[in-house]
Amino acid sequence: MKKDILICGVGGQGTVLASKIIAAAAMEAGNNVHSAETIGMAQRGGSVTSHVRIGEASSPLIPKGKCDLLLAFEPSEAVRNLPYLKENGLVIVNSVPVKPTTESLQETGYDGTEMIAYLKKQCKTIAVNADELCERFGSSKYFNVILLGVATGSGELGLSKELVLAEIEKRVPAKFVETNKEAFQVGLQAACL
Amino acid sequence: MKNEYVMGNGAIALGALKAGVNLVAGYPGTPSSEIIETISKYPHEGLHLEWSVNEKAAMEVAASAAYAGARTMVTMKQVGLNVASDPLMSLAYVGVKGGMVIVSADDPGPISSQTEQDTRRFAEFARIPVFDPTSPEEAYEMIQEAFAYSEKYHTPVLFRPTTRICHAYANIPMQEAYQPHAYEGFVKDSKKWVIFPRLAFANHAMMEKRNPEIGADFSASGLNTVWNKDSSVSVEKAVFAGGVSYAYAKEFLQEYPQVKLVKIATPYPFPEQFAEKELEGVKEVLVLEELSPYIEENLLKLAGRKHLPVEVYGKLTGHVAAAGENSYETVSAVLADFLQLTIPAPRGLSDAPNLPVRPPVLCAGCPHRASFYAVKQAMKGKKSYFCGDIGCYTLGNAMPLDMCDTCLCMGAGVTMAQGFHWVDEEMEGAAFAFIGDSTFFASGMTGVVNAVYNEANVVICILDNSTTAMTGHQPHPGTGRNMMGDIVEKVSIENVLRGIGVKYVKTVNPLDLEEAVAVVKEATGEKGVKAIIFKSPCIAIVKSDKKAVISEKCIQCGKCIREIGCPAIVKTDGKVTIDQNLCTGCNLCAQVCPVSAIQV
Ligand SMILES: Cc1ncc(C[n+]2csc(CCOP(=O)(O)OP(=O)(O)O)c2C)c(N)n1
Ligand code: SF4
Ligand code: SF4
Repeated sequence: MKKDILICGVGGQGTVLASKIIAAAAMEAGNNVHSAETIGMAQRGGSVTSHVRIGEASSPLIPKGKCDLLLAFEPSEAVRNLPYLKENGLVIVNSVPVKPTTESLQETGYDGTEMIAYLKKQCKTIAVNADELCERFGSSKYFNVILLGVATGSGELGLSKELVLAEIEKRVPAKFVETNKEAFQVGLQAACL
Repeated sequence: MKNEYVMGNGAIALGALKAGVNLVAGYPGTPSSEIIETISKYPHEGLHLEWSVNEKAAMEVAASAAYAGARTMVTMKQVGLNVASDPLMSLAYVGVKGGMVIVSADDPGPISSQTEQDTRRFAEFARIPVFDPTSPEEAYEMIQEAFAYSEKYHTPVLFRPTTRICHAYANIPMQEAYQPHAYEGFVKDSKKWVIFPRLAFANHAMMEKRNPEIGADFSASGLNTVWNKDSSVSVEKAVFAGGVSYAYAKEFLQEYPQVKLVKIATPYPFPEQFAEKELEGVKEVLVLEELSPYIEENLLKLAGRKHLPVEVYGKLTGHVAAAGENSYETVSAVLADFLQLTIPAPRGLSDAPNLPVRPPVLCAGCPHRASFYAVKQAMKGKKSYFCGDIGCYTLGNAMPLDMCDTCLCMGAGVTMAQGFHWVDEEMEGAAFAFIGDSTFFASGMTGVVNAVYNEANVVICILDNSTTAMTGHQPHPGTGRNMMGDIVEKVSIENVLRGIGVKYVKTVNPLDLEEAVAVVKEATGEKGVKAIIFKSPCIAIVKSDKKAVISEKCIQCGKCIREIGCPAIVKTDGKVTIDQNLCTGCNLCAQVCPVSAIQV
């Protein structure tokens, strides 16, 4: 298999965990995998990306125009990284915006909707509202796993749900496994909408 | 042997363990920090592992152990090598017995650094070999070679990965058991281990004779390679590359295999014989590398000396950008131009809506925010100097705090505040230095001695959050934990200051705004060196489940937003709200609100 997956978001949103899970599941499926993370200053609220390259690859980062799936935790970050997406690639995006702190000081009215509209004009886009999907769990910390569910459900990840779920289970504390399974299920279903 | 999925730094760590490294010392710094952290997580019984107080200390601890025949590794980011350069320069003359590898991670961009310096130049300057891996997999193999070369030639060697190699993940073999390298122990011999002018002269001559031999050894080593040589490619053109630029070029040439790609993995001593052979018949060569035109200059030198009829393109000719990091995109554009190919342009964003800018900020609830705010409030309207330093607290420069007038290098704030005092003794406010706890131990203490000795009038604010936060929360001498897993006596910053002779030393909780402001005001009223320790843990170290909520009393004045810039306070639908996922209940905003509408 050859797949390039770019995960993007804002520092603190948990993109690294998602990339680790995808990489691990792809390896379980017998692939050679490489990935690269943003580490450093940007982790404090800046733009961050994780590049996951499944199959043989030389460059640690995905070349622009070659990414099969852009998994965006935030709408403007999806647009920022759109040049990476290949011609007919898929964008999965959480429609809930993260306003930069500069926004509170100097309002620009950014609320994410213009980004989603732009994405939909440009490419195949699945937009989900992770806040709404998280509501029934009473905590936004499952939004990670929900997005992984959407990515798996879309088929574009190229990995079975069993594989991905097994990797999630390995990484969450035992008492949260059931809720995470449910959250993953919610994501899988959202992909079909 | 089992495989582990680790980043390049992990690959370096696992490679060093495979080589039986006996002692590893370093000081944190992006992108190098995870090397030592990885070693601590894998079997290493019998190995001495430490976060040293700074890079110079790490270098010296490792040097004497290597004199004794132990295999040692030192890790740091590139600017750390500046701090450690004094021991390194002399050590290059003295040499070592056991293999000693100094990992100095470069940061093209720069992404998280003050400079874009090139460690390959440092190797040339110090006259010691340097290794330059192009992938994590190669780093794993190459670090083992580095130990062998160090021992073979009795010299410390440099190893310089760059950010994209350090932070790239790959599958790396991991051995189940750690086998420490066996060593003889220190054999006294003052003619060998004590550097005097006569020894320095003799060893300088020895190094200059030896280095071309190492260059020849590197030429024959198989570390420098050629890819895509035998297919039907142009013989008149060639690409030379080093570091991650090689990986970008290979990715491109796999799609457009028109020319051979030559890897320079051992930049110094330059593998001349190898390079000369690969230049045979070549009329034009393109050099792809980051930071400085090192390979390019060496090819020019070679071409000049051997009268080779070859044009060399790279940074010096403007084909490759002089500053900043390369990327697949920049490399492919240069290659397409060189090979006269037209390649599709990636999607543009010219018609996209304006993207929000996201400068990094202090976390919600960060105690540094409160410390800066207290000083700002206390000094309102009085001309003061705010000398910043390196750490999370450099982010105190951002609006609305705007509390960082200077930032130069680690420890500089303490001494720079003194310079401002001497050129403006009559200032109404005060000259302040802000320094983190880890930075204080690394390079702040000597600056305090300087202030006391020379009778400067300064206020030194130690922002003690009980960790080295910026680089990933490593322990330091004030935390009472070390990398051997031991609980040790905490080195007390307060005692250090008193021991130096600072008379005014006060510790305050920055989250108690009123008290903190009062202490700052009191301190500025005193003469001489004053120290205030703002003590409150980093929110990533001590988790809190407290939350602040805004009540009906809020008059929507927006003062909390304008004054402190906490990322948890946002305006939603025109109303001030607190993001409950981000808030840590630090209570700072509550103390700023004029109508007491915020409760924790
Ligand atoms: C010479 C040198 N070594 C290492 C670094 C990497 N570095 C950046 S900030 C920092 C220390 C930060 O710790 P601290 O002073 O406690 O401040 P905090 O980040 O916790 O606020 C280090 C080691 C550097 N910039 N320069
Ligand atoms: S209490 Fe106020 S200042 Fe502190 S983290 Fe919460 S919102 Fe930010
Ligand atoms: S990591 Fe800690 S020290 Fe750094 S900004 Fe966040 S709270 Fe402050």
